[in-house]
Amino acid sequence: MNVQFRDRPEPASSASVKTAIADCDIHPARATRDELYPFLARRWHGHLETFGVHAYQGMMEGPPYPKTQPNASRRDAWPPEGGQQGSSLSFMQKQHLDPNNVALGVLNPLGATGQGMRNHDLSAALATAINDWQIEKWTSKDSRLKASVVVANEDGMAAAAEIRKRAGDRNFVQVLLLSRNVEPLGQRRYWPIYQAAEEAGLPVGVHAFGFGGNPITASGWPSYYIEEMVGHSQCQQTALASLVLEGVFERHPKLKMIMIEAGFGWAPSLSWRLDKVFEKLHGEVPHLKRKPSEYLRDHIFWTTQPMEDPERRDHLFDVIDWIGWDKLLFATDYPHWDYDEPSRVLPAGVSDANREAFYLTNALKLYGIS
Amino acid sequence: MTRHVIAPVDELPPGTRKFLTIDERPIAIFNINGEFFGLLNRCPHQGAALCEGPLIGLAQSSNPGEIEYTRHGEILRCPWHGWEFDIRTGQSYCDPKKFRTRAYPVNVEPGSSVVKGPYVAETLAVSVESDYVVVDL
Repeated sequence: MNVQFRDRPEPASSASVKTAIADCDIHPARATRDELYPFLARRWHGHLETFGVHAYQGMMEGPPYPKTQPNASRRDAWPPEGGQQGSSLSFMQKQHLDPNNVALGVLNPLGATGQGMRNHDLSAALATAINDWQIEKWTSKDSRLKASVVVANEDGMAAAAEIRKRAGDRNFVQVLLLSRNVEPLGQRRYWPIYQAAEEAGLPVGVHAFGFGGNPITASGWPSYYIEEMVGHSQCQQTALASLVLEGVFERHPKLKMIMIEAGFGWAPSLSWRLDKVFEKLHGEVPHLKRKPSEYLRDHIFWTTQPMEDPERRDHLFDVIDWIGWDKLLFATDYPHWDYDEPSRVLPAGVSDANREAFYLTNALKLYGIS
Repeated sequence: MTRHVIAPVDELPPGTRKFLTIDERPIAIFNINGEFFGLLNRCPHQGAALCEGPLIGLAQSSNPGEIEYTRHGEILRCPWHGWEFDIRTGQSYCDPKKFRTRAYPVNVEPGSSVVKGPYVAETLAVSVESDYVVVDL
């Protein structure tokens, strides 16, 4: 018997994850506010220091933080060298990528990345900077990591230009949007984004959150963070209904989209409801050639974290059977506080083939990684 | 049950905690206002290093709008998902029927007792003059 003394515990063990996994939602952070400056023209340094970022939404610094834990992150994820959680590649490797056997990690930068800003020139400049920063600091230093093309979401033409600039660059595997925008995501102002993404062969990820200037629930601003958390599903339902009914998938038959961090248990009922009203109201949207549920099933992928956790696991499996085991992408949300531990997240009773699809091969196939 | 000497009392002043691995089990020992507690350092929910979390109080409400905040510093909050555990018993406040974390009895023993007793302290030099924090495993 030995008594070992350590100042801190080792990172939590994940020894039961033996096979490689894809993590489709990792959040890299900037260690300091000026970390993007080398990638931004000098005029924007002065602009940021003088005017700051002007978002569509007031209190931009308010809603995201604090959320249960500092920076909405795991308390054990502060890098030892300092800086915000998620800002250290070496610590991310040691705490997450290596022990969890992450073969593919998709980066989704959040915060002041240019999305949701009223100054569209600044929005485009920040988006370009964050994309260059992802290559310089992350993907060029660890081949497991892949970047998202962050775009000036409210300026469709600028967003499309950024996507075309990155097309064919294998550092990037998807275009990143957020779920809260000025208008529902199927609206015409966003169409150039889908056109460029389809041409580039990149799926479009829609991550929960964002700064659209509207209340974060459909009936106004809630009192509690817990309401905001469950509100993400209604926001993504609105986005999906808009994408389908505006004909985005009819126009772009090869376009794939990924709903990130808003759950998926509600997907079947949304589809049933859409199909039911479509029977009666299809005259309003004659550009749709198929039932809404068919577009959703063919075009939409879903990341886990959060995964619904019903008392009876067969209820969860029923939902997944409806969605398709080939449409789920595993995600941890590292380093955020609601992180899902890979070895604990999937209930028992899943076939080996479905398990492998869930943890790895669906993502490799969708992102075109061999 | 084996007793393990953790540290001299002077090295674990009130408000501090110490992480150890004993018999391959991750353990954390807390000194809360002079009382010592031991918990398994693994959250039963998804396996986080539970004892890295903050010590908070217990917010309870008998009626909406009436909130009582008691037991300051006796509730351990998981660093990942915020599940709350009673430092005295390991009981979860999130799902008490299904989840609890292992709590271990911790005592302070005089050096004279530690030197003579059936304790294990291979990496710790003990002397008769001091008091020691001891955990039963």
